[in-house]
Amino acid sequence: MNARTDAALLQNNHMSYHLNNSHLDALEEETIFILREVAAAFERPALLFSGGKDSLVMLKCAEKAFGTKASGGGIPYPLLMIDTGHNFPEVTDFRDFRAQELGAELIVRSVEDSMARGTVRLAHPGESRNVHQSVTLLEAIEEFRFDALIGGARRDEEKARAKERIFSHRDSFGQWQPKAQRPELWTLFNTRLQPGEHFRVFPISNWTELDVWQYIDREQIGLPSIYYTHKRQVVDKKGLLMPVTELTPPREGDVVETRDVRFRTVGDITCTAPVESTAATPAEIVIETLAADVSERGATRMDDKTSDASMEKRKKDGYF
Amino acid sequence: MTTNNSIAASAYPSSAIGQNDHISALKFITCGSVDDGKSTLIGRLLVDSKAVLQDHLAGVQRGGETDLALLTDGLSAEREQGITIDVAYRYFATETRKFIIGDAPGHEQYTRNMVTAASSADAAVVLVDATKLDWKNPELALLPQTRRHSLLAHLLRVHSLVFAVNKLDAVQDPVLAFKHIQGALAAFAQAAGIAVRATVPVSALKGWNVVNAHAGWCGYDGPTLLQVLEELPNTPADTALAPAFPVQWVEKFSSSSDTSQGRRIFWGRVAAGSFAPGTAVQIFPSGQLATVAQVLDHARRPKDVPAGTSAGIILDREVDVSRGDWILAAPTAAATPAEDDFGDTPAAVPAWPASRELRTTVAWMDDEPLVAGRVYWALHGHRWVKAKVKAVVHKLNINTLAEESATQLDPNAIGHVQLVLQEAIPAAAFSKARVLGSLILVDTASHKTAGAVLIN
Repeated sequence: MNARTDAALLQNNHMSYHLNNSHLDALEEETIFILREVAAAFERPALLFSGGKDSLVMLKCAEKAFGTKASGGGIPYPLLMIDTGHNFPEVTDFRDFRAQELGAELIVRSVEDSMARGTVRLAHPGESRNVHQSVTLLEAIEEFRFDALIGGARRDEEKARAKERIFSHRDSFGQWQPKAQRPELWTLFNTRLQPGEHFRVFPISNWTELDVWQYIDREQIGLPSIYYTHKRQVVDKKGLLMPVTELTPPREGDVVETRDVRFRTVGDITCTAPVESTAATPAEIVIETLAADVSERGATRMDDKTSDASMEKRKKDGYF
Repeated sequence: MTTNNSIAASAYPSSAIGQNDHISALKFITCGSVDDGKSTLIGRLLVDSKAVLQDHLAGVQRGGETDLALLTDGLSAEREQGITIDVAYRYFATETRKFIIGDAPGHEQYTRNMVTAASSADAAVVLVDATKLDWKNPELALLPQTRRHSLLAHLLRVHSLVFAVNKLDAVQDPVLAFKHIQGALAAFAQAAGIAVRATVPVSALKGWNVVNAHAGWCGYDGPTLLQVLEELPNTPADTALAPAFPVQWVEKFSSSSDTSQGRRIFWGRVAAGSFAPGTAVQIFPSGQLATVAQVLDHARRPKDVPAGTSAGIILDREVDVSRGDWILAAPTAAATPAEDDFGDTPAAVPAWPASRELRTTVAWMDDEPLVAGRVYWALHGHRWVKAKVKAVVHKLNINTLAEESATQLDPNAIGHVQLVLQEAIPAAAFSKARVLGSLILVDTASHKTAGAVLIN
């Protein structure tokens, strides 16, 4: 059986909807409050927007916070995407579609440009570009002189994330210093900066993967199709399903199978694995998430497994 | 001591589903010193409520044994040193409620982190280590940490306090030990004026009375710690006070042709009272009067909005309002004219009088000490003002909250401080109104958050 809940909970999944509606309202309210605080307190903020589920949830909250162009309002900061060049086309297409639909400004900066400039060098051509996003991100911050970057990271994702403040101060090298975090008292956010420094702001810090899916279900938020079940060629590597793509061709001895899968998280193709699933709607995914016994990252990410502190180390280097 | 029985009676109602719809997530902190088993208790709550996923559980196996404490120490420096450095936030849910744990470190030098975690908590669980107490003695002395953490939570107005008496599985006579420790906790709480919601005997290591009941153990048949937590109220908002609203962000209508109302929406979170169409208001600091024409909730739906919720306020006329200003209840006519008022009209009394001089309790967080004469930035609501330290009046003994003479506040100290502000703010006592009664001090040079301030 699952580790997340018991059988009764699964049989009676109406309960979770009952339970969490007021909870979702509180989360939504906190997120909207933070999105407005960023708009008011900073001169040049941007919202990191990948087209993934967490950033789409943030965008929905931003729509509520600021209205849309059509209603006379609009999100008062640009959307920023750091493109590794290894993204699923379904996701980047959806990103462009949503930005256009909202009339939002979308800025895309790519790791490939950093490679061309020589600021990113890969150890070998097949290396994941995920970790190198930090360089391109810091270059974009410098180019646009952004003073606050809003991101969709959640504290339930990872142990180092669980320690981070909602308004997370970064020094002029973009580094997070976990031992020198600013205390965060009540909702009095200290947004003062020295020249060259910036903030990373995480409005959905207190959401869990389950909250995200319940909110997607409640608000009927559109998502890239690969979040739902589809048939895909994969190689089963000790339970981790590696998608077969141009960038990740099968190696000798690999057994390629076609399975019903969906993505719990999407990112760089070279390090994102789907999970086996027939869930076709948010409500079905809510039920699967209730029953999941492996974390979102544990099921899907290869780059987090290097060491216990790999996320902490990357964040100190300027990663989200 | 406040009763276990009321909680016992209502814990786990058989058809709880639906009854608790109005309850949102409970944010609670866990307090206790280094070896009291705090991380083990949190690990136990997470594991036994099935909130820990297999891959995370696999990461905490050491020599074939599960070390629950490893679930919560996330930073490499913490694992190196085997201690908790900063607050971590953890999430779990039961059938009736969601929980957010603010896992604050126990060391005295991290008092600032406990203050950080407590500032947003609905409840505090204070862990008491039975093996460290002279439990055979009915007059036993509690550990300083127990008093300190309870008093700090009380000072910060954490709404509910629960004692969890841990490691009772490791004492000879757990019934007697629990009886004496419970008595000492009750006597201390009564003397300090702290209301205690429950005192639960637990073994975090064995999992007794944390999530699963261990019936009759220690002579205790009350609810488990988790059942107590499921029933605790959220912190009530200051709804019964005169309306007060700090303006966070001003939105201009670009497409409205209706000029009968002010064409701007003032967004923020209601600090006190409640706003509805028709509420008479006064803008701070300009003093202009207006009436609320419309109120929107956080997601832009028209609605009356009570304290604690995000709202948009549209006024009936164009007035000068910007971020950092306050929309306050309009002054009310005084019952009798003021003594120096020779006119016929009685003086109006502001609902929230403004002041420049504040008597405060400060929890000091910066590595540089707080000294008289220094000027800091103060953030109150969404308003930044300069604040000068006029005098350090007392330092509080952090274990007893007794006043001791002092000329400065060192890191992690708490004391009484007189502040003079560059401009007046609509301040109130923290004990009366949380948002109007709290501010932070920020170092003007380093920009670090240096102090948490409670207005007395």
